[in-house]
Amino acid sequence: MTGSLQSAPGPFFGEFGGRFVPEALMAALDELTDAYAKARIDPAFQEELDRLARDYTGRPSIVTEVPRFAAHAGGARVFLKREDLNHSGSHKINNVLGQALLTKRIGKKRVIAETGAGQHGVATATAAALMDLECVIYMGEEDTERQALNVARMRLLGAEVIPVATGTRTLRDAINEAFRDWVANVETTNYVFGTAAGPHPFPAMVRDFQRVISVESREQMLALGGLPDAVLACVGGGSNAIGSFDAFLDDESVRLIGCEAAGDGVETGRHAATLTGGRPGILHGSMSYILQDEDGQTQPSHSISAGLDYPGVGPEHTWLASIGRAEYWPVTDAEAMEAFRLLTRTEGILPAIESSHALAGAIRLGRELGPDATLLVTLSGRGDKDVEQAARWFEMMPGEDA
Amino acid sequence: MSAVTDRIDAAKAEGRVALVGYLPVGYPDVDTSIAAMRVLVEAGCDIVEVGPPYSDPVLDGPVIQHAAAVALEGGVRVDDAFRAVAEVADAGAVPVIMAYSNLMLSRGWARFADDLVAAGGAGVITPDLTPDAAPEWIAAARERDVDTIFLVAPSTTRERMQLTCDASRGFVYATPLMGVTGERAAVGDAAERVVGAAREAGAQRVGIGVGVSTGAQAKDIASYADAVIVGTAFVRALGDEGDLERLRVKVAELAAGVRGEA
Repeated sequence: MTGSLQSAPGPFFGEFGGRFVPEALMAALDELTDAYAKARIDPAFQEELDRLARDYTGRPSIVTEVPRFAAHAGGARVFLKREDLNHSGSHKINNVLGQALLTKRIGKKRVIAETGAGQHGVATATAAALMDLECVIYMGEEDTERQALNVARMRLLGAEVIPVATGTRTLRDAINEAFRDWVANVETTNYVFGTAAGPHPFPAMVRDFQRVISVESREQMLALGGLPDAVLACVGGGSNAIGSFDAFLDDESVRLIGCEAAGDGVETGRHAATLTGGRPGILHGSMSYILQDEDGQTQPSHSISAGLDYPGVGPEHTWLASIGRAEYWPVTDAEAMEAFRLLTRTEGILPAIESSHALAGAIRLGRELGPDATLLVTLSGRGDKDVEQAARWFEMMPGEDA
Repeated sequence: MSAVTDRIDAAKAEGRVALVGYLPVGYPDVDTSIAAMRVLVEAGCDIVEVGPPYSDPVLDGPVIQHAAAVALEGGVRVDDAFRAVAEVADAGAVPVIMAYSNLMLSRGWARFADDLVAAGGAGVITPDLTPDAAPEWIAAARERDVDTIFLVAPSTTRERMQLTCDASRGFVYATPLMGVTGERAAVGDAAERVVGAAREAGAQRVGIGVGVSTGAQAKDIASYADAVIVGTAFVRALGDEGDLERLRVKVAELAAGVRGEA
């Protein structure tokens, strides 16, 4: 391998990626690609994005060492990149502000987005409120039930939330419905895609907007004494992970580990570990790995975490896996919830259940590598939205005194 | 030339446009769906679009989404689509398949084309695959003389119109509306505009699909297009009960429409 792996431009990452969409969307995707190519090198756009990151999101996000947690991870040094402290509570805001600014540049007044756990929906509704855009969020009906508070949050922010009752009633169906809206309303509407998947230019563009995570964390780690031995992040579609990896891609000594949702366990078939249990296919506009049956029908995924409950994965991750640059580990619901409990009890930090998958990966890796290892974990979001679900899991709801 | 173009030209020779009917395989069950396709042929469809249901049909509206979900729940397989193709050919119409790309990729582009040819099918309509994304499919199809029927939309740029018309065989599938499949009160001026743009790009045969549900619409479209494509209205007529007679009445209405009798 020669040359840098960073900031790969797409549309293809190796044989993955591309643009497999109805013709009706091609003009809009071309327009978005052009607008982004211009914005990317326009100092005024970058300045505005930097200003928002600093004055609105609260960047740079800090890095926190968590020694009491690390004692349970083989005594390795563990650092958290605190995307949970961003305004609106997760890494999603990094991407959304970029795409909302782009929406303004191409002169559209309405944005649509899909959401799983609600983090991307909340972030989009936030940016829409800030920038005076009409906002419609598609969310699987099952997810609106398990993330009811986030639905209320989006509505408070002025967004219309449309529960999607078709198919598996989760993230994947929300994306289908958002695409249908976009086909019908493409003249007035921009699709603010939440993850580093979908048709070109989304995988590369979302990665660019999330890259700030690793640009900051790499500098922060160097200032703290050196590069980490590994960077860990959770992977659903994979936007926080690709943003967490990008600036480290050329640092050969740094292992990059994406933690996929293994649900009840990959062997049970009830999981969302796409790179572990899937095979190549086309879903939602790009060629990547997907969970599918023999005929190519997408299979239902399962995860306790709505944000990771997706049967596909971003194409750049599939490429990084195929060339051996990144590893993808399955983490079960039970392992993730144990890590959730542990971080909360030992450090007073309540992580999102999504991010807890990365914490579980860190526990496993720390135990394998021991006290000499330094691990950097992206804490992609905060767990406030997950309180009810976690309290049920641990039987802590009032009236369920264990 | 192909079976598809021959049939469209034969209709033209009769002074009318061709009627293309779509039904998903397996709705409400495989045998009834195949019987329904025979009804399409008997009641006046020239070409039948056989749709293997797909789990994530992003270009379909609620009626076809529902039908696909029922069919998949009933255990329909892509193999059943090839069986349906053979039955349509036997009934005397020209069968084509309308397939989302992952069903084709999963089987293998070449094997998909082989299976289609073996069943007597003439072409494939690809709702989520554009020519620039499909070099492998186009190569496999050309090698076997399978028609590659691509879609154009009101948003299609002049450059893409040229690309798509050049890559299409059989006919060019024009969607006159921005939006998913479903019935509309009117297909609007955009239909004529899209057909005009396709003709300017050299398309010899253009079919109009998405939104067409009545004989009157079909009659109107017949004045400027070469084929009228009807899906949702037929799926709705068939319904969960598999009402073949209601379907026959609906097909006859559209068949009269393309003959200028609506």
